[in-house]
Order: sequence, then structure tokens, then C-alpha cells
Amino acid sequence: MIVELISIATKAIFIENILLASFLGMCSFLAVSKKVDTAVGLGLAVIFVLTVTTPMNWLINEYLLADGALAWAGLPKVNLSFLQFICYISTIAAMVQIVEMVMDKFTPSLYQSLGIFLPLIAVNCAILGTSLFMGTKGYNFTESTVYGFSSGIGWLMAIVAMAAIRTKLRYSNIPKGLRGLGITMLITGLMALGFMSFIGITL
Amino acid sequence: MSTATVAAPAKKASLFGKKEQKFMKDPLWDTNPITLQVLGICSALAVTSTLKPALVMCISVIVVLCGSNVIISLMRNMIPSKIRIIIMLAVVSTLVTLVDQLLKAYMFELSKELSVFVGLIITNCIVLGRAEAFALANKPWPSFLDGLGNGLGYSIILVLVAIGREIFGNGSLMGFRVIPQFLYEIGYVNAGLMILPPGAFILLGLIIWIQKTFSKTVED
Repeated sequence: MIVELISIATKAIFIENILLASFLGMCSFLAVSKKVDTAVGLGLAVIFVLTVTTPMNWLINEYLLADGALAWAGLPKVNLSFLQFICYISTIAAMVQIVEMVMDKFTPSLYQSLGIFLPLIAVNCAILGTSLFMGTKGYNFTESTVYGFSSGIGWLMAIVAMAAIRTKLRYSNIPKGLRGLGITMLITGLMALGFMSFIGITL
Repeated sequence: MSTATVAAPAKKASLFGKKEQKFMKDPLWDTNPITLQVLGICSALAVTSTLKPALVMCISVIVVLCGSNVIISLMRNMIPSKIRIIIMLAVVSTLVTLVDQLLKAYMFELSKELSVFVGLIITNCIVLGRAEAFALANKPWPSFLDGLGNGLGYSIILVLVAIGREIFGNGSLMGFRVIPQFLYEIGYVNAGLMILPPGAFILLGLIIWIQKTFSKTVED
């Protein structure tokens, strides 16, 4: 059991990194990776939201939406899986709202520096993507909690590494058209190449 | 998030005046959603390993974008600004559910290939970005044009990336072989890197470089 969970975690962090292999959460990755400390703050917020929403969405899917899931209510023939998107996104939006309020109350400085990007976690593809991937991979409750948490860690790692590189990048002489988004994409490509070296590791 | 200016609604209701044409033309190149507004990059990379899923994705995004822009623009005076994000998400996810069900019904193989990325149109920043920056402040018809323009601008980049990746990675286009056989015989090898994630990042980086060099925009 433990070994399986560790294997899921390693897979989600390194081999199938949510950002570098599935391209999820690029928008905030590109926008917030200019300073290391904001990147860490956003990364932690993403980890928290992921760890809470992924198991929550698992419960919703298992007991309300999936084919035959309403059997406990005496409705075994009902299939509500077409409501999946709208339910998942509402859970996520509500969760993000809660995180926002908690942060505003307890860490106002972090709340200030994240600014507009905090509400935007709701539309961060990484969050919805993890919930959807969890469905296609057929994880159970514990496995999807671990999967959500470690996807968040993978995302945090990628964005912090990127922020560190971009801080250094400010002192280098880059061709004009390549500045900003262009060079960031190229560096992300090289990072993805680095992470690909983990492919083939099995636990 | 978006750097595009919010244009004031046109005073005269002409259907294809200069202003209306501008709404549509600008996002195609000058304010392209992917390369210049930095919106919607996730899906631009994930579905472009070959051209066919990329095209289906483009069409789905255009449909959702136009639909959501029009609906949100119709409701713009009724939406309280505090809960606008949730309302927009509800509108968008309803539209995406429709598209997803249609794809599952008529193009089952392709919808399997696109897997979760159809669902991820909901969180595609283009849709929400344009709804927030344009549709909330403009009438339905300009909003529709804005959606169409941005959708097409997104499609241009998506198709370019997909063509590049499929030709260099597979030697084919839409599944047909385009690199002639004799090249393989004298030692040409498909660049497998292009199919993999890093190839997508690097190719998009290069396209952005070319685009910015032509449009002469410089970022710090």
C-alpha cells in the first residue's frame, strides 16, 4: 500500500509533472514566475487547493455523478456524469474563495503580493486537470489525495525553479524579440527535457 | 492578465464598420491571444502533437468562445461584480459540456485522444480572459466578433505549432506522409523530440520569437 502511494507520488512529481509533461497551469506559471517568493506563495496555495479539491471531487464523482453512483439513494440507473465539469469547477471555485478569505485574514502580505492571481487559481488548469486526470486513472480515495498533493508539489517545484532562473536571466543579454515570453518558453522546454530523464524509473 | 484595451461599444449599430472589423482583425496578429496576451497556452501545447486533434480543438474553442462572449455580454448588466467569476465559469462549463457531449457522440475516437483537454477549455484563460476584458463591457455583436477573432488568432498559432510538430516529428500531415521516402533512405530521421513535451515548448518559443520580431514588440 505504502509503496504504491510512493510510486504514485514520484510519478506525479517527476515523471508526469503536471506542468512540464501535461502542460497544465501554464498561464499563472508564466505570469507569476518573476520573483521567487511570490512563486513559492502561489505554489503553496496551489498545493493546498489541490490537496483539498482532488479528494473532494473524487467523493462527488463516486457518490453523485458516476454511472450508477446514486444506487445508495435507490436510483441505480441514473447517470449524471455529464454534470462532471460544472460540479468540479464549482467545488474548485468555492475552495479558492475559502483559501482567499483565510489568507486575507492570516497572511495579508502574501495576499497582497499574489493579488489578482489568487482568484485565478480557480481557473488554473492544473487544478481542474488533476481532478479530471484522477478520473481517467481510476484512483481510489487515498490514492487521489496523494496524487493531488504530489501534483501540487511538482507544480511548486517547476515554478520555483523557473522563478530562480528568471531572476538570473535579468542580467543576460537576450535578443529583443525573444525577451519575456519567448525565452521563458525555451527555458521551460529545456526544463521539460531535464525532467524527461526520470522516465523509466519504476519503484 | 490581458493587455488588450477595452474598446468602447460602437455608437452606430453597423454590422461591419471599421471598428467591427478591427475587433476581429486585431487578435489575429497584432494582439494575438497566445503570443502577445499570454492566454490559453496550456491547451496550445497539449493537443498539438498532430494536426487533426489540434483542428478539432480549435473549432471547439471558437464555438465556446463566441458562445460565452455573447451570453455574458447579454447578461452584463445583471451580473453582480463580486460573483462574476463563478457566473462566467457556470456559463462556460455549460457550453463546454455541450461541446464535449457532441464530440463524444459524433467523433468518439478523437474525443478519446483529446481526453481531458476538452474539459480544460473551461479553464482556458482565453475564454475567461476575453469575457472579463471585453464581453462584460460591450454589446453582444462586438463581443461575438471579438470571440471569433480571438478564437481564430488562437487557431493560427495552434495550427502552426501542430504542423511543425507533425511534419518534423512524424514526417506526415493529417496522417498522410509528406516527407518523401528517398530522404529516409539517405539517412533522414524523424525528430522524435518534437512529439514529446519539450519539443512543443521550444517550437512555441521560436514561433513567439519570430512573431515578436515582426511585430516589433519588446518585453523587459
